[in-house]
Amino acid sequence: MAKYTLSRLLLLIPTLIGMSLLIFLMLRLLPGDIVDILVGSDPTVSSSAREQLREAMGLTAPLPVQYLTWLGNLFQGDLGTSMRSGKPVSELLLASLPITVELAVLATLIATAVAIPLGVISAVRRDTGVDFAARVGGLIGLSLPSFWIATLALLFTSKVFGWVPKTRFISPFEDPFGNLQQMILPALALAIQLMAIEMRMTRTTMLEVLGQDYVRTARAKGLRNRIVVSRHALRNALIPVITVVGFQLGTLMGASAIIEVIFGLNGVGYTLLQAIFNRDYPLVQAATLFLATAFVLINLGVDLLYAYLDPRIKQG
Amino acid sequence: MSSSANVLTLDIQNRPARPWWHVPQRWRNPIGIVGAAVVLLTIVVAIAAPLIAPYDPDAQGATRLLPPSSEHLMGTDELGRDTFSRIVYGARVSLQVGIISVFIALLVGAILGVTAGFFGGRLDSWLMRGVDIMFAFPGLVLAIVIAGLLGASRNNAMIAIGLVYAPAFARVIRGSVLSVMSEPYVEAGRVVGSTNPRLVQLYVLPNIVAPLIVMTSVYLSSAILSEAALSFLGLGTQPPEPAWGGMLNLARTYMEISPWMAIFPGLAIMIVVLGFNFLGDGLRDVLDPRLRMS
Repeated sequence: MAKYTLSRLLLLIPTLIGMSLLIFLMLRLLPGDIVDILVGSDPTVSSSAREQLREAMGLTAPLPVQYLTWLGNLFQGDLGTSMRSGKPVSELLLASLPITVELAVLATLIATAVAIPLGVISAVRRDTGVDFAARVGGLIGLSLPSFWIATLALLFTSKVFGWVPKTRFISPFEDPFGNLQQMILPALALAIQLMAIEMRMTRTTMLEVLGQDYVRTARAKGLRNRIVVSRHALRNALIPVITVVGFQLGTLMGASAIIEVIFGLNGVGYTLLQAIFNRDYPLVQAATLFLATAFVLINLGVDLLYAYLDPRIKQG
Repeated sequence: MSSSANVLTLDIQNRPARPWWHVPQRWRNPIGIVGAAVVLLTIVVAIAAPLIAPYDPDAQGATRLLPPSSEHLMGTDELGRDTFSRIVYGARVSLQVGIISVFIALLVGAILGVTAGFFGGRLDSWLMRGVDIMFAFPGLVLAIVIAGLLGASRNNAMIAIGLVYAPAFARVIRGSVLSVMSEPYVEAGRVVGSTNPRLVQLYVLPNIVAPLIVMTSVYLSSAILSEAALSFLGLGTQPPEPAWGGMLNLARTYMEISPWMAIFPGLAIMIVVLGFNFLGDGLRDVLDPRLRMS
């Protein structure tokens, strides 16, 4: 296990370097000069002033130097300064992080709590009405645009209850109830697709496992169906499901951007979008790298967990 | 080999006469058929949009934010435009973006995947390492960043979505190519002296089509959903063009007065995406022999 963990950790290094390089190149090679975009066609800014600004921002150095400088600063915890607000990027990101993490975790919990029982029932009662309903329901869940559900949910609560969510984030440590009230709708909207994915996955793996010899053996020795399903089948079927859930947790952190916008929650995705519209490049760069790194680290954690749960993986 | 050929001939001879409309059992897949019908309907609506839409989608009117009525099936928006006509024309945008972006993904993915799988070795491992790095980004984030940096427009949204999906295609295509490459017929082709392009064209590409069809159908639904999301965020199709995501975004401002505006565009997105997902699910049942066995 230690050896496997170490080799996976080592593989992380080239991935992270590649990612940072890709983000850097995307921001540098895409059309549009940062200074021209910042200053616009303002005629009062002379071309020499533009050149000065470019130099001050370190944009005149050759690309490899710029990249290494950025990377070097990154390692010292300096993510740059937001062009728009003048605040350090790290401060902005850290402030928005709890919101995104809470949204993603809450959505995952909701989705898992609903999806796994549904998937198991669907598999155990294969080809019955329940199974068909669950399969169709799963496909519908996959097709529901989260931003539509979120919009409708907002519409519903404001029409029926006259309730509009507060835009200022309420910390769960200050006021757990207020926090939950604020986060439950966005988390639900975010959870729907994941619910569908998890349900379908659980159903598929359960069907596979239920056809295995050890399940037949368990049945043959006269165990009750309940025990066979819960103890022999489900435990094994859940291993791949855990992988999917973990993988989706990372995806959710990105996907929550659109939900954050709708509910006015100042999360990482929302910060990234604002930065894109403001052409706040240091912030775009850092927020993207941040979300991608979180995604990679979560996936690594999931892989390690998977190897721990299913020892066959390590040997492979 | 010869005995199995005999069995096959016998089978054909003994086959009872079937009416011309007979559909093989395995193609009778209710979910797939519903999906195909929805997709077909969407295509017809998109092509025949001028015939179906009762009004010009951009024509502004004095009657704003109307609820649905016999005159305006889905009501009117904040500029008095007929929502139903805009939804009908929006089908064009959705399909166009879906098809073109998946085509970009397919093309880029095929070039990377076939190259990697066909030549193997160091080239393969470098290409796949690059693909892994693309995979290291959450999809929507990458699409938002690419579309946002290129500038908000429909074309850029298509490029962004295409590039985001390309690695997935590259991976699947590489896997299929690798399994095809170990088949005896590829070796036979090599022995008779086929050149590399000819090998790819004649033996490799035709044999990786089945998994690609399923994948394309599923990714079409994701691409349509992503375009709607980008347009919703203001990074895709720009107003006044009728895109469902954009319409939904505008509706947020007016939904207190006119909730209808928020309902119909979302419903349209859901139905079309559902159609493609149903179709993909059905196609998987029909085309994937491993699932058929069980």
